[in-house]
Amino acid sequence: MSDIGPPRGAGPLARSEARLAWGLLTPTIIAVSLVVILPLLAIFWISVKPVSLSDLRAPEMVVREDLRGRPAEAGDEAILRYRLRNSSPSSEITGVRMEDTWPDGLTLAGELDPRCEIAQGRLSCDLGDWEGGYRETLNIPVVTEQAYFDAGRDVDDDPVQIDGKVSFVLTNGEFTFKNFVSVFDGGEFWSVLGVTLFYTIFGTLGAMIMGLFASMLLNHSFKGQGILRGLYLFPYVAPVIAVAFAWILLFDPFSGSANALLIQMGVTDGAINFFGERPLALIMVTLFEIWRYFPLSFLFILARMQSIPTDMYEAADMDGASPFQQFWYLSLPQLLGILSVLFLLRFIWTFNKFDDIFLLTGGNAGTRVLTVNVYEQAFAVSNIGAGAAVAVVIFACLLLFSVFFFKFMSKEEGL
Amino acid sequence: MKHLRFGYLTGPALGVLWTFVLAVTVAVAMSFATGEAFKPSLIWSVIFGIPTGLALVWGGTARTASVVLAVVYFVALSLGIGPVLTQNASLVARVAAALFLGVGIGWPLKVFVEELSMGALTRHEFEDAVIRTLKGFGYIFFTAIVVIPFYVMVMTSLKNQAQLMQNPLDFSIDLSQGWGLFRSYVELITEFNFGSYMWTSFYISVLTVFITLLFAIPGAYAVARLRFRGQAAFSRSILLIYMVPMIVLALPIYIAFSMMGLRNSITGIVMIYPVTTIPVALYMLQGYFRGLPAEVEEAGLMDGLSRLQVIWKITLPLSLPALASVSLYVFMIAWNEFLLAFMLLDDPSKFTLTRGIASLNSSEIPRQHLMAGSVIATVPIMALFLGLEKFMTKGLTAGSVKG
Repeated sequence: MSDIGPPRGAGPLARSEARLAWGLLTPTIIAVSLVVILPLLAIFWISVKPVSLSDLRAPEMVVREDLRGRPAEAGDEAILRYRLRNSSPSSEITGVRMEDTWPDGLTLAGELDPRCEIAQGRLSCDLGDWEGGYRETLNIPVVTEQAYFDAGRDVDDDPVQIDGKVSFVLTNGEFTFKNFVSVFDGGEFWSVLGVTLFYTIFGTLGAMIMGLFASMLLNHSFKGQGILRGLYLFPYVAPVIAVAFAWILLFDPFSGSANALLIQMGVTDGAINFFGERPLALIMVTLFEIWRYFPLSFLFILARMQSIPTDMYEAADMDGASPFQQFWYLSLPQLLGILSVLFLLRFIWTFNKFDDIFLLTGGNAGTRVLTVNVYEQAFAVSNIGAGAAVAVVIFACLLLFSVFFFKFMSKEEGL
Repeated sequence: MKHLRFGYLTGPALGVLWTFVLAVTVAVAMSFATGEAFKPSLIWSVIFGIPTGLALVWGGTARTASVVLAVVYFVALSLGIGPVLTQNASLVARVAAALFLGVGIGWPLKVFVEELSMGALTRHEFEDAVIRTLKGFGYIFFTAIVVIPFYVMVMTSLKNQAQLMQNPLDFSIDLSQGWGLFRSYVELITEFNFGSYMWTSFYISVLTVFITLLFAIPGAYAVARLRFRGQAAFSRSILLIYMVPMIVLALPIYIAFSMMGLRNSITGIVMIYPVTTIPVALYMLQGYFRGLPAEVEEAGLMDGLSRLQVIWKITLPLSLPALASVSLYVFMIAWNEFLLAFMLLDDPSKFTLTRGIASLNSSEIPRQHLMAGSVIATVPIMALFLGLEKFMTKGLTAGSVKG
């Protein structure tokens, strides 16, 4: 019996299409993996490395050569000096070997360092292992001959060759869990996490509720609607650094207009340090987050609202539903889908937000969130490893969220 | 709620509410505009609001209400009573405040309570009036919170330090200085090199847009149109990558750039910016390509075009609006980018605009310079935004709904 049925496997057309697809995608895949996947792997690697900011420069062997004693004429004694140094204060360099051309017209006058030898006009030294911060001066007593002055060359005209095995902390086999221990140690991590959650949850919810209100305002067309819509998007479109500094200035405790206004209206007696006090600073950065991102929610919700058919409302009107009832029983259920997608998305993004808090408070006054903590650990404390460990924690949270997200999104958007 | 549904209760309640809202608004606006002391008062708002609300439910037109209220408030302001209290404000300021209050309270309030009658109200009438009032409040509230920071930004940049410390509320500008007003801007450009920062920011952003499109168009087309194994997984990973926080990547990038000597170079920035925007662009374009009718492309294929020719001759011309949106969005991201520029650039001759502003944030540099820098960074993007709002809004929605 012959095999009857639809063809199985990929035909030549399908194969060539797939080939083309991969061809088109390759540049993107390469670029993205270079800048996203590779750094992500690097973060995991660094997080188990005892590396600080100063370790980032690979240790180098520094050597300076000069002739001491100012020889003036043939027969003068002088000292050929090599000053040697390990540039890194902490990393070791092993098996250092130095080689240099023996300058013309100099003869050895005394004992040569036992580690060195002169052969065929070359000086070579076996200098062994250098620990971090190693320094040494190698003195070789010499007598000058006329040939030295005839040549008229400096001793350091010939570069010194030096090499050794550099053990670079990022590439060696030394691992540690100290970074993670220091991250979770002490109550700090949990307070940071708490601040992050407060900021994320209230920032997200606030921005959504504000966005919902704003979109209800602009849902019907009237004169100037376009202008208002454009205006309400300003906070999101403007550079974060500009608006953050405007806020700082506005709420400055000494020369801020907000304080002056509040005092004048008799709301407070003295100036309030909005970005410098716990827990006010955290509330302020959350308000900033809401202020800056409500336009985004507003844009979305408005787009969804405008696609709700109006005859539904007309029918409801006929049936005697009041405006609040229409909102509660008609609009809200229609918007629920977009609202929940928006919540998840904004939640993840707010969780990832760095610039805003960094610019507003620098993570002080109880506003340090996880992302700011990465920066603080890596650059302020100069412990890159600990910063990376925090980054790994962030990434783990993110994976957790995205599992939720995809579970939900596939239902909502058919992705 | 039920016992509130009488015109003689709803009207005064809304009157009080609206009077107080307007009192606060006018007080804040007048303080910001003149620097003189204006203070809203809740008690006076109640006293003035109740009769206003009652009267407007009973009758009258918006015009007469505005005129009558303006006169009343002018007298009240001069006597030192009323919802907005002021001491020795100038005559001009008082007239302006009275006018604002009169028109601001009378006109909208009449619109709010137009359909109300003195007696019992239906639920519909009642809620309509309440919603209108809330909407009125919403317009004022949202406009205020958006406008005030930008207003402060612009006005601060036009003043000097001494004036600011003396009265932080006084944003009135001394027009007699003429061009001297823009002193901060001139200094920024001549002494702080902001002209070159602007140029750097501009060409970095433009380059970013081009490189992004170069990568994203073929990629998006492949994901949207071509069938291959792993397509669904690919779509998802784009989203996933879009969600990786920049700070997590910035650390290894910083290390790698330090070691490769790419830190402090424009090349490094131009290499890194597009990669942060490619996922967004890919996602936006892919959505758009899916929406294009496949039949047009198939017709092209039947007529003997290759796939690449189809993309070039059919798909791209059809998706010009989407390309405009994506370009604008990517331009905005690159122009506003702060974190990477801050971490990777230390050399003042290579700063982008955002990095330049960050360098102004020191106690030795006066605040109005900082604000002038902010204005310089904000104005181009706003101009672009207002000029091409349609594309921009589309770009924002597409870039964020799905990703």
